[in-house]
Amino acid sequence: MAKIIEVTDLIKRYKKATTNAVDGVSFEVEEGEFFTMLGPNGAGKTTTISVLNTTLDKTNGSVKVGGMEIEKNPAGVRKIIGVIFQNPSLDLNLTAEENVRFHVFMYGLFPYRITYGLMPPDYKKKVKELSEILGIEKEIHQPVKTFSGGMKRKLEIVRGLIHRPKLLFLDEPTTGLDPQSRKNLWSYLKTVRKNENLTLFLTTHYLEEAEESDRICIIDDGKIVSLGTPLDIKKDLIEEYLILDSDNRKVLKEELDQSKLKYVEEGAIKVWVKENQIQDIIRNLKTKLTSIQIHTPTLEEAYLEIIDKENEKNN
Amino acid sequence: MRKTINAIAAIAMRDLIKLLRDRPRLFISLIFPLLFVGILGTSLNSNLSADVGYSFLIFVFTGVIGQNLFQSTAAGIISLVEDRQNDFSQAMFIAPVSRLAIILGKILGESMVAVVQLLGIGIMGIVFQIPFNAGQLLGFLPAIILVCLVGGSFGLLVMSNLSSQKQVNQIFPLLIFPQFFLAGVFSPIKNLPIFLLILSRISPMTYAVDLIRSIYYWGKPEYGKVVLHNPSINLLVLGIMFLMMFTTGTYMFVKNERNR
Repeated sequence: MAKIIEVTDLIKRYKKATTNAVDGVSFEVEEGEFFTMLGPNGAGKTTTISVLNTTLDKTNGSVKVGGMEIEKNPAGVRKIIGVIFQNPSLDLNLTAEENVRFHVFMYGLFPYRITYGLMPPDYKKKVKELSEILGIEKEIHQPVKTFSGGMKRKLEIVRGLIHRPKLLFLDEPTTGLDPQSRKNLWSYLKTVRKNENLTLFLTTHYLEEAEESDRICIIDDGKIVSLGTPLDIKKDLIEEYLILDSDNRKVLKEELDQSKLKYVEEGAIKVWVKENQIQDIIRNLKTKLTSIQIHTPTLEEAYLEIIDKENEKNN
Repeated sequence: MRKTINAIAAIAMRDLIKLLRDRPRLFISLIFPLLFVGILGTSLNSNLSADVGYSFLIFVFTGVIGQNLFQSTAAGIISLVEDRQNDFSQAMFIAPVSRLAIILGKILGESMVAVVQLLGIGIMGIVFQIPFNAGQLLGFLPAIILVCLVGGSFGLLVMSNLSSQKQVNQIFPLLIFPQFFLAGVFSPIKNLPIFLLILSRISPMTYAVDLIRSIYYWGKPEYGKVVLHNPSINLLVLGIMFLMMFTTGTYMFVKNERNR
């Protein structure tokens, strides 16, 4: 499958900064992929997106979007991308529809018309369809300054999709959205992705959203600390463990020692296990167990542990 | 090319629509001419006209036309800083439109805003029965366009070096208000001490105000007393200033916008 994003050794240092905001990052994203960048605040996620969408110059490295070098052909890159910014980028003095209309003129989709009534039927149909999906069809002709945070977000999404980008950057897009709107948005994005082979590049704090993606890139202090499928990240970076207990804990520990299993006594006995090892361990134990729990880490735990490890390393 | 023109039209009309919906701003655009022409112009006229030998009301009226066009366009361009802080400009800058087209659209839009705001001054002109003829109005058209372009490029040059609305609020008044006096909007500047003369003649607003006056007073007996330069000199200086400020401002704006 063709690569839609190719980043090699990307470095970005802001003016007057003493450290790099993005520090030698390399990754690739395939067409149609759902790629998520995860990381704490200040990790370099928005900086990376800003470089990729051509609004910020890189300091070093090579970046290609849609096969185009971002510095040689920024206009070509901008044609194929859409961006949902972290902070709403709407004109509060215009109505919702006027904001969308401004956008379509900027993308050269329709010739300039001063009123909605003069716009072609194709445009009206598209606006209606998108606003219905996101549930803002009644408010589409209202001034944006009367909108709640969630409605503004929905409007940005309508606007970001109307020119049918091949690659959509979503910089924490569901912040401020109620659960129902978040669900509708993701359901819609999944449909668009499937029908139009849309590539999604997401940054989010909602780990359940990241879990839905094809691959996750965990970034901290401007560096990639983990990159892979959600399953890979969980498997590779966090060990599963068993929590066992017995009335005769001493014998249980001896038995674990004999089997050369790594464990720690934390209230009960925590035994680290490798993949597909659980059944063998349980079968071989002769000590009568009083409790048994299998702990499979969530992505959130994996993420927090990775970030903690990185912070410990840096300190 | 057609797509670029559409984008320029959309950017320009956005500014005009914003003005027409902003009632306090429209009200202020009527109040300032009343203050400057109605109160200041009338009081100066009553006290000084006999001494200087021409109507001070008309002197202030023509000065305020040039000042208003220049200042309004410059201030309008600087609103891109506010857009940048509100992140609206990000949405513009990721569109497949050149930075030059964005700046041109912005200057065109703010020029239209400045022209609409001239209505307040026009109303004052009618109220105070300031005489106008068709030739003067016709002559004003190219002058208005040029003054707006120079005001816009002045705003662009200032804006390209400012990163926050706070900086704009601190620095822009320092750059614009002294020009009111150096450009002779409210008072004659034919005779000035040397340091003020230098400052006056490097101030772009001086040529904007003088161009408007040179058209209004053309062929009138007061011409020699009021006007500093021949219109062709004003046109030439404004043209050169526009080219210099526009090219430098565009270059710096584009560079600073991405190279943060």
